[in-house]
Amino acid sequence: MASRRISSLLSRSFSASSATLFSRGRSTSNLSRGINKYSTAAALEDPINPPVNVNYTQLLIGGQFVDAASGKTFQTLDPRTGDVIANVAEGDAEDVNRAVATARKAFDEGPWPRMTAYERQRVLLRFADLIEQHNDELAALETWDNGKPYEQAAKIEVPMLARLMRYYAGWADKIHGLTVPADGPYHVQTLHEPIGVAGQIIPWNFPLLMFGWKVGPALACGNTIVMKTAEQTPLSALLASKLLHEAGLPSGVLNVVSGFGPTAGAAIANHMDVDKLAFTGSTATGKVVLQLASKSNLKPVTLELGGKSPFIVCEDADVDKAVELAHFALFFNQGQCCCAGSRTFVHERVYDEFVEKAKARALNRSVGDPFKGGIEQGPQIDTDQFDKILNYINSGIESGATLETGGERFGNKGYYIKPTVFSNVKDDMLIAKDEIFGPVQTILKYKDLDEVIRRANSTHYGLAAGVFTHNIDTANTLTRALRVGTVWVNCFDTFDAAIPFGGYKMSGHGREKGIYSLNNYLQVKAVVTPLNNPAWL
Amino acid sequence: MTSHSNGNSDSFVKMPTIKFTKLFINGKFVDSISGKTFETIDPRTEEAITRVAEGDKEDIDLAVKAAREAFDNGPWPRLSGFDRGRIMMKFADLIDEHAEELAALDTIDAGKLFVEGKAGIPHSANMLRYYAGAADKIHGEVLKMSREFHAYTLREPIGVVGHIIPWNFPTAMFLGKVSPALAAGCTMVVKPAEQTPLSALYYAHLSKLAGIPDGVLNVATGFGPTAGAAISSHMDIDAVSFTGSTEVGREVMQAAAKSNLKTLSLELGGKSPLIIFDDADLDKAAELALLGILYNKGEICVASSRVFVQEGIYDEFVKKLLEKKKSWTVGDPFDPKVRQGPQIDKKQFDKILSYIEHGKREGATLLTGGKPLGHNKGYYIEPTVFTDVKEDMLIAKDEIFGPVMSLMKFKTIDEAIKKANNTTYGLAAGVMTKDLNVANTVSRSIRAGIIWINCYFAFDQDVPYGGYKMSGFGRDFGLDALYKYLQVKSVVTPIYNSPWL
Repeated sequence: MASRRISSLLSRSFSASSATLFSRGRSTSNLSRGINKYSTAAALEDPINPPVNVNYTQLLIGGQFVDAASGKTFQTLDPRTGDVIANVAEGDAEDVNRAVATARKAFDEGPWPRMTAYERQRVLLRFADLIEQHNDELAALETWDNGKPYEQAAKIEVPMLARLMRYYAGWADKIHGLTVPADGPYHVQTLHEPIGVAGQIIPWNFPLLMFGWKVGPALACGNTIVMKTAEQTPLSALLASKLLHEAGLPSGVLNVVSGFGPTAGAAIANHMDVDKLAFTGSTATGKVVLQLASKSNLKPVTLELGGKSPFIVCEDADVDKAVELAHFALFFNQGQCCCAGSRTFVHERVYDEFVEKAKARALNRSVGDPFKGGIEQGPQIDTDQFDKILNYINSGIESGATLETGGERFGNKGYYIKPTVFSNVKDDMLIAKDEIFGPVQTILKYKDLDEVIRRANSTHYGLAAGVFTHNIDTANTLTRALRVGTVWVNCFDTFDAAIPFGGYKMSGHGREKGIYSLNNYLQVKAVVTPLNNPAWL
Repeated sequence: MTSHSNGNSDSFVKMPTIKFTKLFINGKFVDSISGKTFETIDPRTEEAITRVAEGDKEDIDLAVKAAREAFDNGPWPRLSGFDRGRIMMKFADLIDEHAEELAALDTIDAGKLFVEGKAGIPHSANMLRYYAGAADKIHGEVLKMSREFHAYTLREPIGVVGHIIPWNFPTAMFLGKVSPALAAGCTMVVKPAEQTPLSALYYAHLSKLAGIPDGVLNVATGFGPTAGAAISSHMDIDAVSFTGSTEVGREVMQAAAKSNLKTLSLELGGKSPLIIFDDADLDKAAELALLGILYNKGEICVASSRVFVQEGIYDEFVKKLLEKKKSWTVGDPFDPKVRQGPQIDKKQFDKILSYIEHGKREGATLLTGGKPLGHNKGYYIEPTVFTDVKEDMLIAKDEIFGPVMSLMKFKTIDEAIKKANNTTYGLAAGVMTKDLNVANTVSRSIRAGIIWINCYFAFDQDVPYGGYKMSGFGRDFGLDALYKYLQVKSVVTPIYNSPWL
């Protein structure tokens, strides 16, 4: 294992394999002393040279790295500078067809679904070992392509990927059907069979973790896969897939097609020979994906989409801790989390103090080259997102919210945005309704519990919520009343392989991770046969 | 005539050096408090291999104290399931690395086939891997209350566990018991059988290398009436898992009842039927019947010691059986050609021969075998088959625990079921048939914990097994075994204004 410098923020979290991303109550402000704050840094220094080579840029089909059928490539950019990192093969329908045919054959005739679950487990365990051996390389690719802090990638996300693989390895030989009581002399059992060829479309905000959430359960259940990575971040999945093959994955089981949504993505969603589709991305694209599935072969679809998750600070809250957690809930990963706590509801009793401290905390957030130690926030992913976020900020100002801090570009190169805080936000403002997917905290005031429940639920989304209180009754009431897939009580972004994740309402369908994810990748076959003279029923 | 190999072991394999002969308590190998030791005997030669520390009540007290401390204040139950699993994976890898040495220990200590051990020990290590993968999947449930309450269950480790294991599968039993208890977060005291203490001590050593904290896994070698009894009657042990004879199982249960009512699981004796129907694949049936009683010298609780053959194929079956038996070689278990080694000790050897005499006296026909083998040295017994066995004969009722088959004839499925169930035991059963309805009917009708259809001894880490009736209660292997080592705690609290109930 290569060196792991922990001169960083959230050092306790980094060292915790349990993947609690945030240690409650730990103030990071004193730890970030000595780091350039955006407010004091006039300009960014020259970008640090990423300590990694890009070795894989082609499509991975049938265990081979191959060019796109068209020969076309696209540029993947460094969000720190907008410079080209590499030219990557651009998959399109023809490549997806090839990949699906390979995956089909690997499923219908290949060894993967036919080997024992124990052997599948061993492949995933070896993969986890290889991830650990290549931790820093994977993390560097991730940061280079995505712009997230290297320490976050190296200390949290890549270890979590290994952890996910070990978790699903352990499920492989514990996928149980049931014997079922029948209302009559019948013997009934259910077989949980792999569903077949899984199409998986993943986003750019957590390229490796999304790879893991999708690939882990699908492989543990014995499926084969065609995956499309995000065009912004194709690199780390190619290396991870290479390692998975090194671990003993038979060729054709996992095929990775880099490319764009309207072409490669649509070809997967549309494909008549893909048995199941899992998509993580925006709600708008999720709608398209679902339509394509319904227009083609009615493949079942799991969707993990957008959110506008409330973070509710109750009147009994310790304000300093609440500010820190709310800050983390929104700004983590440059605000590019589907579950970001993007509506911060604060009880009126603590509102003023909270706003003041939230502003101070945002001002103190260290923004800069994500390869630099101690950096909390890197650049946004690309120019589209960068422009979109700045537009939302303008909209917030125009609609009369109070811009407490930030609100503009940081530096003059790359896609950096200053940590931004709005107070006096009203429910009907665009910044309180739309998913901004950037470092923009919107603070709203509330009076009582019923009101905040109503307002928190007044959204098309339902992905997650944070609740900050020590009152057990308040916690229980909010927990049950919020129409969301995850409630974090006095914590946020606590992810674990075993904890299911997914959305209510327009935040999506189905759950990923945990035991729940297995169901996405299994067919249930009931087997029924009459019994003669059974000893019991 | 059964062939007999008396090959010299030394030509097959290097004898293992005995490295561990003391009690393993709180992470250290220590002498027993009394300073006493006992001999462990090589059943091939009847000679002592080495002397091993003899644990007694005081030693068990020390081991329990260490386990208690490790449970109440130590890291093991406080690690995440995932982290426990990682350490167990490492333990499994270490076992794989030492498989050959461990196999040799089980061969000299238990007379087990070396070739089987070499292959079988990594397989047993998979038990650790299986439960390592289960350690982070111990789910409680959130409950549906009939009033305005929120309730959920926590599955908590049960505490300090005592494992008392037998001599017939020193490795498989050790790992079969220890793995789920480790995954659950328990700490434990293991008493291996006095006949076969050596591999257990080696596993204790490897567990320490793997990073299992001191006090979590303690191994106290010794005898049942002393060390074993101290475990089953201990006031500070929360659960005991025992595998052994039905008579000792009773004593364990009484001791538990008289002491702290500790939770028990018992995996005891059997007299398992193998029922072969007219439509069965005859070759396979004869093979399985032979394997079912001769595997591990018949020293296996699930041995198919009662073979019921339907009358239409009975004569043909007997012919096949005798034919197949010819290639069944008895001899030095280090010899790769050998299928059957010596019985475990003098006591078992004498007991088996006395049952054979009973069988003859009671009027059963000795079809083949019936005699000791082996040039006056070692506890070898010929594969033995009795025909014309009646249900009330001792050889049809008692667990002989040796290579002695009782062959019986039946006419109808109902008769077969009735006869098969006519036993105080209920551990396992085999059914040989191509008829789906016969298979299903028999499967549901036999009162036994595992039914093998057209196979036998199909054990797997994911398949629970254990007994009905006087074969015991509770299950080893599978997730059922994990639940043995977990308490269920319900947590209930009122809720207000919940939008759903």
